[in-house]
Amino acid sequence: MSHVIGLKCRECGTEYPGGIQNTCYECFGPLEVHYDWDEVQNRASKEKISKGPPSIWRYSDLLPIDGTNYVDLGAGYNKLHRAENLGKELGLQELYILDDSVNPTNSFKDRVTSVAVSKALELGAEAVGCASTGNLASAVGAHAAKAGLPAYIFIPSSIELGKITQMLAYKPNTIAVDGTYDDANRLASEVADLNPNWAFVNITIRPYYTEGSRTLAFETAEQLGWDTPDHIVAPLGSGALLCALFRGYDELENIGFVDNSSNIKFSGSQPLGCSPISAAVQNATEVVPIRELDTVAHSLAIGNPADGYYAKEIIHQSGGYAASPTDEEILEAIHLLASTEGIFTEPAGGTTIAGLKKLVETGHINPDEKTVVYVTGNGLKAQDTIAKTLEQPESIKPTLSAFTDKYNNNSTSTQ
Amino acid sequence: MVSVRFSSALNNITKTRSSEFDLQDTTIRRLFDELIKEFGEEFETRLFENGEIRRFVNIYVNGEDIRHLSGLETEIKASDEVSILPAVSGG
Repeated sequence: MSHVIGLKCRECGTEYPGGIQNTCYECFGPLEVHYDWDEVQNRASKEKISKGPPSIWRYSDLLPIDGTNYVDLGAGYNKLHRAENLGKELGLQELYILDDSVNPTNSFKDRVTSVAVSKALELGAEAVGCASTGNLASAVGAHAAKAGLPAYIFIPSSIELGKITQMLAYKPNTIAVDGTYDDANRLASEVADLNPNWAFVNITIRPYYTEGSRTLAFETAEQLGWDTPDHIVAPLGSGALLCALFRGYDELENIGFVDNSSNIKFSGSQPLGCSPISAAVQNATEVVPIRELDTVAHSLAIGNPADGYYAKEIIHQSGGYAASPTDEEILEAIHLLASTEGIFTEPAGGTTIAGLKKLVETGHINPDEKTVVYVTGNGLKAQDTIAKTLEQPESIKPTLSAFTDKYNNNSTSTQ
Repeated sequence: MVSVRFSSALNNITKTRSSEFDLQDTTIRRLFDELIKEFGEEFETRLFENGEIRRFVNIYVNGEDIRHLSGLETEIKASDEVSILPAVSGG
Protein backbone atom coordinates (compact mmCIF):
# COMPACT_ATOMS: atom_id res chain seq x y z
CA MET A 1 0.00 0.00 0.00
CA SER A 2 1.40 3.38 -1.02
CA HIS A 3 1.60 6.34 1.32
CA VAL A 4 0.89 8.60 -1.71
CA ILE A 5 -2.76 8.68 -2.81
CA GLY A 6 -2.36 11.12 -5.70
CA LEU A 7 -2.81 14.85 -6.24
CA LYS A 8 -5.34 17.27 -4.79
CA CYS A 9 -6.30 20.86 -5.64
CA ARG A 10 -5.15 23.33 -3.02
CA GLU A 11 -8.10 25.60 -3.83
CA CYS A 12 -11.18 23.41 -4.39
CA GLY A 13 -10.02 20.00 -3.11
CA THR A 14 -10.68 18.04 -6.33
CA GLU A 15 -8.62 14.84 -6.31
CA TYR A 16 -6.59 13.36 -9.18
CA PRO A 17 -4.44 10.26 -9.57
CA GLY A 18 -0.68 10.83 -9.47
CA GLY A 19 0.88 11.96 -12.75
CA ILE A 20 2.49 14.76 -14.75
CA GLN A 21 -0.07 17.42 -13.88
CA ASN A 22 0.05 20.69 -11.97
CA THR A 23 -3.33 22.35 -12.53
CA CYS A 24 -6.85 21.60 -11.40
CA TYR A 25 -9.20 20.98 -14.33
CA GLU A 26 -12.09 22.36 -12.28
CA CYS A 27 -10.78 25.71 -11.04
CA PHE A 28 -7.26 26.18 -12.51
CA GLY A 29 -5.82 26.07 -8.96
CA PRO A 30 -2.44 24.49 -8.14
CA LEU A 31 -2.28 20.82 -7.18
CA GLU A 32 -0.43 19.38 -4.21
CA VAL A 33 0.53 15.86 -3.19
CA HIS A 34 -2.20 13.98 -1.38
CA TYR A 35 -0.72 11.59 1.21
CA ASP A 36 -2.32 8.83 3.23
CA TRP A 37 -1.19 10.21 6.58
CA ASP A 38 -2.21 7.07 8.49
CA GLU A 39 0.11 5.08 6.25
CA VAL A 40 2.88 7.68 6.64
CA GLN A 41 2.50 7.42 10.40
CA ASN A 42 2.63 3.61 10.23
CA ARG A 43 5.87 3.72 8.27
CA ALA A 44 7.83 6.64 9.68
CA SER A 45 9.72 6.60 12.95
CA LYS A 46 12.49 8.70 14.44
CA GLU A 47 14.58 5.58 14.90
CA LYS A 48 14.22 4.57 11.24
CA ILE A 49 15.20 8.09 10.21
CA SER A 50 18.29 8.02 12.45
CA LYS A 51 19.47 4.89 10.61
CA GLY A 52 18.75 6.29 7.15
CA PRO A 53 21.21 7.62 4.56
CA PRO A 54 22.89 11.01 5.16
CA SER A 55 20.67 12.73 2.59
CA ILE A 56 17.05 13.84 2.15
CA TRP A 57 16.19 10.18 1.54
CA ARG A 58 16.42 9.43 5.27
CA TYR A 59 12.93 11.03 5.23
CA SER A 60 11.68 8.86 2.35
CA ASP A 61 8.52 7.89 4.25
CA LEU A 62 7.56 11.57 4.14
CA LEU A 63 8.42 12.08 0.46
CA PRO A 64 6.12 11.40 -2.53
CA ILE A 65 8.07 8.50 -4.07
CA ASP A 66 7.13 4.83 -4.10
CA GLY A 67 9.93 2.27 -3.88
CA THR A 68 13.60 3.10 -3.51
CA ASN A 69 14.65 4.11 -7.01
CA TYR A 70 15.95 7.49 -5.85
CA VAL A 71 18.22 9.74 -7.86
CA ASP A 72 20.44 10.51 -4.88
CA LEU A 73 23.56 12.61 -5.37
CA GLY A 74 23.61 13.24 -1.63
CA ALA A 75 21.41 16.33 -1.31
CA GLY A 76 20.50 17.35 2.20
CA TYR A 77 21.22 16.34 5.77
CA ASN A 78 23.46 19.36 6.00
CA LYS A 79 24.83 20.86 9.16
CA LEU A 80 22.69 23.07 11.38
CA HIS A 81 25.35 25.47 12.65
CA ARG A 82 25.00 27.08 16.05
CA ALA A 83 25.88 30.59 14.85
CA GLU A 84 27.22 32.09 18.09
CA ASN A 85 29.42 34.73 16.46
CA LEU A 86 26.74 36.10 14.15
CA GLY A 87 24.18 35.83 16.95
CA LYS A 88 26.40 37.95 19.19
CA GLU A 89 26.88 40.48 16.41
CA LEU A 90 23.12 40.80 15.89
CA GLY A 91 22.08 40.45 19.52
CA LEU A 92 20.42 37.04 19.22
CA GLN A 93 20.90 34.52 22.00
CA GLU A 94 20.17 31.34 20.05
CA LEU A 95 20.77 31.55 16.33
CA TYR A 96 21.20 28.60 13.96
CA ILE A 97 22.03 28.45 10.27
CA LEU A 98 21.13 25.51 8.09
CA ASP A 99 23.79 25.62 5.41
CA ASP A 100 22.58 24.35 2.03
CA SER A 101 25.51 25.84 0.15
CA VAL A 102 27.25 22.47 0.54
CA ASN A 103 24.75 20.41 -1.48
CA PRO A 104 25.99 18.43 -4.55
CA THR A 105 25.47 21.37 -6.93
CA ASN A 106 25.79 23.94 -4.12
CA SER A 107 22.22 25.12 -3.58
CA PHE A 108 19.00 23.97 -1.91
CA LYS A 109 17.63 23.19 -5.38
CA ASP A 110 19.26 19.76 -5.14
CA ARG A 111 16.61 18.80 -2.59
CA VAL A 112 13.63 19.59 -4.81
CA THR A 113 15.34 18.25 -7.92
CA SER A 114 16.32 14.94 -6.35
CA VAL A 115 12.65 14.37 -5.49
CA ALA A 116 11.37 15.63 -8.86
CA VAL A 117 13.76 13.63 -11.05
CA SER A 118 13.11 10.50 -8.96
CA LYS A 119 9.39 11.07 -9.54
CA ALA A 120 9.98 11.67 -13.26
CA LEU A 121 11.60 8.22 -13.47
CA GLU A 122 8.74 6.66 -11.52
CA LEU A 123 6.18 8.26 -13.84
CA GLY A 124 8.08 7.11 -16.94
CA ALA A 125 8.84 10.63 -18.21
CA GLU A 126 10.81 10.81 -21.46
CA ALA A 127 12.75 13.92 -20.46
CA VAL A 128 13.00 16.47 -17.69
CA GLY A 129 13.17 20.25 -17.90
CA CYS A 130 12.98 23.49 -16.00
CA ALA A 131 13.15 27.26 -16.20
CA SER A 132 15.89 28.63 -14.04
CA THR A 133 17.91 31.62 -12.88
CA GLY A 134 20.97 29.35 -12.50
CA ASN A 135 20.77 27.19 -9.38
CA LEU A 136 17.91 24.99 -10.52
CA ALA A 137 19.56 24.63 -13.93
CA SER A 138 22.65 23.07 -12.35
CA ALA A 139 20.62 20.83 -10.07
CA VAL A 140 18.47 19.55 -12.95
CA GLY A 141 21.49 19.12 -15.22
CA ALA A 142 23.29 17.02 -12.61
CA HIS A 143 20.34 14.87 -11.55
CA ALA A 144 19.20 14.30 -15.16
CA ALA A 145 22.74 13.17 -16.03
CA LYS A 146 22.72 10.72 -13.12
CA ALA A 147 19.24 9.46 -14.08
CA GLY A 148 20.19 9.12 -17.76
CA LEU A 149 17.35 11.39 -18.87
CA PRO A 150 17.61 14.19 -21.47
CA ALA A 151 17.14 17.65 -19.97
CA TYR A 152 15.72 20.89 -21.46
CA ILE A 153 16.77 23.93 -19.49
CA PHE A 154 15.34 27.41 -20.16
CA ILE A 155 17.37 30.33 -18.84
CA PRO A 156 17.22 34.10 -19.36
CA SER A 157 20.03 34.96 -21.80
CA SER A 158 21.22 37.72 -19.45
CA ILE A 159 22.55 35.24 -16.86
CA GLU A 160 26.29 35.67 -16.32
CA LEU A 161 28.49 32.86 -17.60
CA GLY A 162 29.67 32.24 -14.03
CA LYS A 163 26.15 31.21 -13.02
CA ILE A 164 25.79 28.61 -15.77
CA THR A 165 29.32 27.22 -16.26
CA GLN A 166 28.56 24.42 -13.83
CA MET A 167 25.26 23.62 -15.55
CA LEU A 168 26.79 23.58 -19.05
CA ALA A 169 29.25 20.90 -17.88
CA TYR A 170 26.36 18.46 -17.39
CA LYS A 171 25.52 18.93 -21.11
CA PRO A 172 21.76 19.49 -21.00
CA ASN A 173 19.86 21.08 -23.90
CA THR A 174 20.18 24.74 -22.90
CA ILE A 175 17.66 27.25 -24.25
CA ALA A 176 18.79 30.83 -23.59
CA VAL A 177 15.75 33.08 -23.90
CA ASP A 178 15.96 36.80 -24.69
CA GLY A 179 14.09 38.23 -21.71
CA THR A 180 13.69 37.81 -17.96
CA TYR A 181 13.25 34.67 -15.87
CA ASP A 182 9.49 35.16 -16.13
CA ASP A 183 9.77 35.11 -19.94
CA ALA A 184 11.87 31.93 -19.86
CA ASN A 185 9.41 30.40 -17.45
CA ARG A 186 6.40 31.27 -19.62
CA LEU A 187 8.05 29.76 -22.70
CA ALA A 188 9.00 26.63 -20.74
CA SER A 189 5.37 26.37 -19.56
CA GLU A 190 4.16 26.44 -23.17
CA VAL A 191 6.72 23.83 -24.26
CA ALA A 192 5.78 21.69 -21.24
CA ASP A 193 2.13 21.95 -22.19
CA LEU A 194 2.91 20.66 -25.69
CA ASN A 195 4.94 17.71 -24.36
CA PRO A 196 2.87 15.84 -21.77
CA ASN A 197 5.51 13.12 -21.39
CA TRP A 198 8.24 15.57 -20.40
CA ALA A 199 8.46 16.34 -16.71
CA PHE A 200 9.30 20.01 -16.16
CA VAL A 201 10.35 19.92 -12.53
CA ASN A 202 9.23 23.41 -11.50
CA ILE A 203 6.19 23.43 -13.79
CA THR A 204 4.39 20.21 -14.70
CA ILE A 205 5.61 18.11 -11.74
CA ARG A 206 5.78 21.08 -9.38
CA PRO A 207 3.49 19.40 -6.80
CA TYR A 208 6.17 16.73 -6.24
CA TYR A 209 9.13 19.07 -6.68
CA THR A 210 8.18 21.46 -3.88
CA GLU A 211 7.89 18.53 -1.47
CA GLY A 212 11.69 18.25 -1.41
CA SER A 213 12.04 21.56 0.42
CA ARG A 214 10.09 20.18 3.39
CA THR A 215 13.23 18.20 4.25
CA LEU A 216 14.78 21.48 5.44
CA ALA A 217 12.18 21.52 8.20
CA PHE A 218 12.67 17.80 8.96
CA GLU A 219 16.44 18.23 9.22
CA THR A 220 16.19 21.26 11.43
CA ALA A 221 13.85 19.50 13.84
CA GLU A 222 15.97 16.34 13.88
CA GLN A 223 19.18 18.26 14.58
CA LEU A 224 17.45 20.22 17.35
CA GLY A 225 16.63 16.88 19.00
CA TRP A 226 13.13 16.76 17.48
CA ASP A 227 12.32 20.24 18.65
CA THR A 228 11.15 23.30 16.71
CA PRO A 229 12.53 26.83 16.37
CA ASP A 230 10.58 29.85 17.61
CA HIS A 231 11.24 31.83 14.45
CA ILE A 232 12.53 30.96 10.98
CA VAL A 233 13.84 33.24 8.24
CA ALA A 234 13.83 32.07 4.62
CA PRO A 235 14.61 33.75 1.30
CA LEU A 236 11.60 34.65 -0.84
CA GLY A 237 11.64 34.09 -4.61
CA SER A 238 8.51 32.28 -5.78
CA GLY A 239 7.47 31.81 -2.14
CA ALA A 240 7.51 28.02 -2.53
CA LEU A 241 10.33 27.40 -0.04
CA LEU A 242 8.62 29.23 2.81
CA CYS A 243 5.36 27.38 2.09
CA ALA A 244 7.19 24.04 2.08
CA LEU A 245 8.89 24.84 5.40
CA PHE A 246 5.49 25.63 6.92
CA ARG A 247 4.04 22.35 5.66
CA GLY A 248 7.08 20.38 6.81
CA TYR A 249 6.90 21.61 10.42
CA ASP A 250 3.11 21.28 10.49
CA GLU A 251 3.28 17.68 9.28
CA LEU A 252 5.91 16.77 11.87
CA GLU A 253 3.50 17.88 14.56
CA ASN A 254 0.61 16.01 12.94
CA ILE A 255 2.54 12.72 13.02
CA GLY A 256 3.66 13.32 16.60
CA PHE A 257 7.38 13.98 15.98
CA VAL A 258 7.37 17.52 17.47
CA ASP A 259 5.02 19.51 19.69
CA ASN A 260 5.12 23.19 18.93
CA SER A 261 4.93 23.75 15.16
CA SER A 262 1.89 25.97 15.43
CA ASN A 263 3.91 28.50 17.45
CA ILE A 264 6.65 29.00 14.84
CA LYS A 265 6.83 32.47 13.29
CA PHE A 266 7.68 32.44 9.59
CA SER A 267 9.56 35.43 8.20
CA GLY A 268 11.03 36.02 4.78
CA SER A 269 13.42 38.29 2.95
CA GLN A 270 13.30 39.46 -0.64
CA PRO A 271 15.65 41.91 -2.38
CA LEU A 272 14.23 45.42 -2.60
CA GLY A 273 14.70 45.44 -6.39
CA CYS A 274 12.33 42.49 -6.72
CA SER A 275 10.05 42.29 -3.70
CA PRO A 276 6.43 41.57 -4.65
CA ILE A 277 5.87 39.30 -1.63
CA SER A 278 7.69 41.48 0.93
CA ALA A 279 5.86 44.56 -0.32
CA ALA A 280 2.52 42.77 0.03
CA VAL A 281 3.36 41.80 3.63
CA GLN A 282 4.62 45.26 4.54
CA ASN A 283 1.68 47.11 2.98
CA ALA A 284 -0.98 44.46 3.74
CA THR A 285 -1.99 44.29 0.08
CA GLU A 286 -2.33 41.59 -2.58
CA VAL A 287 0.86 40.24 -4.18
CA VAL A 288 1.18 42.34 -7.34
CA PRO A 289 3.51 40.92 -10.04
CA ILE A 290 6.28 43.26 -11.19
CA ARG A 291 7.95 43.48 -14.59
CA GLU A 292 11.18 45.39 -13.96
CA LEU A 293 13.63 43.43 -11.81
CA ASP A 294 16.75 45.09 -10.48
CA THR A 295 18.80 43.14 -7.96
CA VAL A 296 22.15 41.42 -7.54
CA ALA A 297 20.27 38.44 -6.07
CA HIS A 298 19.45 36.82 -9.42
CA SER A 299 18.26 33.59 -7.76
CA LEU A 300 15.40 35.56 -6.23
CA ALA A 301 14.57 37.72 -9.27
CA ILE A 302 11.07 36.37 -9.87
CA GLY A 303 8.54 39.09 -10.66
CA ASN A 304 5.49 36.85 -10.72
CA PRO A 305 5.82 34.56 -7.69
CA ALA A 306 3.66 31.46 -8.12
CA ASP A 307 3.32 30.84 -4.38
CA GLY A 308 3.40 34.48 -3.35
CA TYR A 309 -0.20 34.53 -2.19
CA TYR A 310 0.25 31.52 0.10
CA ALA A 311 3.64 32.70 1.41
CA LYS A 312 2.16 36.04 2.35
CA GLU A 313 -0.74 34.36 4.18
CA ILE A 314 1.63 32.11 6.18
CA ILE A 315 3.85 35.04 7.18
CA HIS A 316 0.85 37.08 8.23
CA GLN A 317 -0.96 34.32 10.12
CA SER A 318 2.15 33.07 11.96
CA GLY A 319 3.08 36.53 13.25
CA GLY A 320 6.22 36.80 11.14
CA TYR A 321 7.25 39.62 8.84
CA ALA A 322 9.10 40.23 5.56
CA ALA A 323 12.20 42.34 4.97
CA SER A 324 13.41 43.85 1.72
CA PRO A 325 17.12 44.72 1.94
CA THR A 326 18.95 46.80 -0.66
CA ASP A 327 21.70 45.37 -2.87
CA GLU A 328 24.27 47.13 -0.71
CA GLU A 329 22.87 45.53 2.45
CA ILE A 330 22.78 42.13 0.71
CA LEU A 331 26.45 42.31 -0.27
CA GLU A 332 27.45 43.53 3.22
CA ALA A 333 25.57 40.59 4.71
CA ILE A 334 27.57 38.14 2.56
CA HIS A 335 30.73 39.52 4.17
CA LEU A 336 29.14 39.50 7.62
CA LEU A 337 28.20 35.81 7.37
CA ALA A 338 31.57 34.80 5.91
CA SER A 339 33.58 36.75 8.48
CA THR A 340 31.59 35.60 11.52
CA GLU A 341 30.62 32.03 10.71
CA GLY A 342 32.94 30.94 7.89
CA ILE A 343 30.02 30.36 5.50
CA PHE A 344 30.36 31.85 2.02
CA THR A 345 26.98 32.43 0.41
CA GLU A 346 25.64 33.92 -2.82
CA PRO A 347 23.45 37.07 -2.88
CA ALA A 348 20.30 35.01 -2.16
CA GLY A 349 21.88 33.95 1.14
CA GLY A 350 23.04 37.52 1.63
CA THR A 351 19.42 38.59 1.22
CA THR A 352 18.35 36.21 3.98
CA ILE A 353 21.10 37.34 6.38
CA ALA A 354 20.46 41.02 5.57
CA GLY A 355 16.75 40.37 6.14
CA LEU A 356 17.51 38.68 9.47
CA LYS A 357 19.52 41.74 10.54
CA LYS A 358 16.68 44.11 9.60
CA LEU A 359 14.05 41.96 11.32
CA VAL A 360 16.09 41.99 14.55
CA GLU A 361 16.75 45.73 14.31
CA THR A 362 13.06 46.49 13.79
CA GLY A 363 11.96 44.27 16.68
CA HIS A 364 10.22 41.65 14.54
CA ILE A 365 12.56 39.01 15.95
CA ASN A 366 13.12 39.04 19.72
CA PRO A 367 16.65 38.46 21.08
CA ASP A 368 15.57 35.39 23.04
CA GLU A 369 13.78 33.62 20.19
CA LYS A 370 15.42 30.40 18.98
CA THR A 371 15.91 31.49 15.38
CA VAL A 372 16.81 29.33 12.37
CA VAL A 373 17.99 30.87 9.11
CA TYR A 374 18.14 29.02 5.81
CA VAL A 375 21.20 29.77 3.68
CA THR A 376 20.32 28.34 0.29
CA GLY A 377 23.26 28.84 -2.08
CA ASN A 378 27.04 29.03 -2.35
CA GLY A 379 29.08 32.19 -2.89
CA LEU A 380 31.26 30.44 -5.46
CA LYS A 381 28.29 30.74 -7.84
CA ALA A 382 28.38 34.55 -7.82
CA GLN A 383 32.07 35.31 -7.60
CA ASP A 384 31.96 38.08 -10.20
CA THR A 385 29.30 40.00 -8.30
CA ILE A 386 30.88 39.51 -4.90
CA ALA A 387 34.48 40.17 -6.06
CA LYS A 388 33.52 43.72 -7.04
CA THR A 389 32.74 44.51 -3.41
CA LEU A 390 35.92 43.08 -1.89
CA GLU A 391 39.12 44.86 -1.13
CA GLN A 392 41.86 43.38 -3.31
CA PRO A 393 45.06 42.51 -1.41
CA GLU A 394 48.00 44.86 -1.84
CA SER A 395 51.18 43.00 -2.72
CA ILE A 396 54.34 43.18 -0.65
CA LYS A 397 57.95 42.32 -1.45
CA PRO A 398 58.88 38.74 -0.54
CA THR A 399 60.91 39.81 2.48
CA LEU A 400 60.30 39.33 6.17
CA SER A 401 60.76 43.02 6.79
CA ALA A 402 57.98 43.87 4.33
CA PHE A 403 55.64 41.60 6.31
CA THR A 404 56.69 42.86 9.72
CA ASP A 405 56.34 46.46 8.55
CA LYS A 406 52.87 45.89 7.18
CA TYR A 407 51.53 43.98 10.17
CA ASN A 408 53.65 45.70 12.80
CA ASN A 409 54.82 42.21 13.72
CA ASN A 410 58.11 42.93 15.42
CA SER A 411 58.20 40.13 17.92
CA THR A 412 61.78 39.17 18.79
CA SER A 413 60.96 36.44 21.25
CA THR A 414 62.77 33.13 20.77
CA GLN A 415 61.67 29.63 21.60
CA MET B 1 -7.10 36.74 -37.27
CA VAL B 2 -6.24 36.68 -33.56
CA SER B 3 -4.77 33.34 -32.60
CA VAL B 4 -5.44 31.92 -29.14
CA ARG B 5 -3.53 29.05 -27.51
CA PHE B 6 -5.25 27.17 -24.70
CA SER B 7 -3.61 25.38 -21.78
CA SER B 8 -4.09 21.62 -21.75
CA ALA B 9 -5.98 22.22 -18.48
CA LEU B 10 -8.78 23.67 -20.64
CA ASN B 11 -8.80 20.75 -23.06
CA ASN B 12 -11.97 19.20 -21.71
CA ILE B 13 -13.84 22.40 -22.57
CA THR B 14 -12.18 23.72 -25.71
CA LYS B 15 -11.35 20.30 -27.26
CA THR B 16 -8.60 22.09 -29.13
CA ARG B 17 -5.23 23.54 -28.18
CA SER B 18 -5.48 26.58 -30.45
CA SER B 19 -8.06 28.52 -32.32
CA GLU B 20 -8.24 31.55 -34.60
CA PHE B 21 -10.80 34.31 -34.33
CA ASP B 22 -11.77 36.63 -37.12
CA LEU B 23 -11.47 39.84 -35.13
CA GLN B 24 -10.05 43.18 -36.11
CA ASP B 25 -8.41 45.47 -33.57
CA THR B 26 -10.14 44.78 -30.27
CA THR B 27 -9.52 44.24 -26.55
CA ILE B 28 -8.88 41.15 -24.42
CA ARG B 29 -12.28 41.67 -22.80
CA ARG B 30 -14.05 41.54 -26.19
CA LEU B 31 -11.99 38.53 -27.26
CA PHE B 32 -13.06 36.72 -24.09
CA ASP B 33 -16.71 37.64 -24.79
CA GLU B 34 -16.27 35.75 -28.07
CA LEU B 35 -14.51 32.82 -26.36
CA ILE B 36 -17.28 32.52 -23.77
CA LYS B 37 -19.88 32.61 -26.55
CA GLU B 38 -18.00 29.79 -28.31
CA PHE B 39 -17.10 27.58 -25.31
CA GLY B 40 -19.89 28.38 -22.86
CA GLU B 41 -20.38 29.21 -19.22
CA GLU B 42 -17.93 26.59 -17.94
CA PHE B 43 -15.11 28.32 -19.80
CA GLU B 44 -16.06 31.55 -18.03
CA THR B 45 -16.28 30.09 -14.53
CA ARG B 46 -12.98 28.25 -14.99
CA LEU B 47 -11.11 31.46 -15.74
CA PHE B 48 -13.10 34.25 -14.06
CA GLU B 49 -14.41 34.94 -10.58
CA ASN B 50 -16.67 37.96 -9.94
CA GLY B 51 -15.78 39.39 -13.34
CA GLU B 52 -12.02 39.28 -12.65
CA ILE B 53 -9.41 36.88 -13.96
CA ARG B 54 -8.75 34.20 -11.36
CA ARG B 55 -5.52 34.48 -9.39
CA PHE B 56 -4.05 31.34 -10.94
CA VAL B 57 -4.78 32.24 -14.56
CA ASN B 58 -2.18 34.01 -16.68
CA ILE B 59 -3.14 35.59 -20.00
CA TYR B 60 -0.36 36.64 -22.34
CA VAL B 61 -0.38 38.80 -25.47
CA ASN B 62 2.68 37.99 -27.57
CA GLY B 63 4.33 36.64 -24.43
CA GLU B 64 3.53 39.67 -22.24
CA ASP B 65 1.38 39.13 -19.15
CA ILE B 66 -1.72 41.34 -19.45
CA ARG B 67 -1.28 42.26 -15.77
CA HIS B 68 1.72 44.27 -16.99
CA LEU B 69 -0.34 45.78 -19.82
CA SER B 70 -3.88 47.09 -19.32
CA GLY B 71 -5.49 43.93 -17.95
CA LEU B 72 -8.78 43.04 -19.65
CA GLU B 73 -8.73 46.40 -21.45
CA THR B 74 -5.43 45.52 -23.17
CA GLU B 75 -5.78 46.30 -26.87
CA ILE B 76 -4.94 43.57 -29.38
CA LYS B 77 -4.35 43.59 -33.10
CA ALA B 78 -5.47 41.04 -35.63
CA SER B 79 -1.96 39.56 -35.88
CA ASP B 80 -1.49 39.06 -32.12
CA GLU B 81 -1.05 35.76 -30.30
CA VAL B 82 -2.90 35.25 -27.05
CA SER B 83 -2.00 32.41 -24.63
CA ILE B 84 -3.94 31.22 -21.59
CA LEU B 85 -1.76 29.38 -19.08
CA PRO B 86 -1.99 28.36 -15.43
CA ALA B 87 0.18 30.42 -13.05
CA VAL B 88 1.67 27.26 -11.62
CA SER B 89 5.39 27.47 -12.06
CA GLY B 90 8.32 29.35 -10.69
CA GLY B 91 11.58 28.91 -8.86
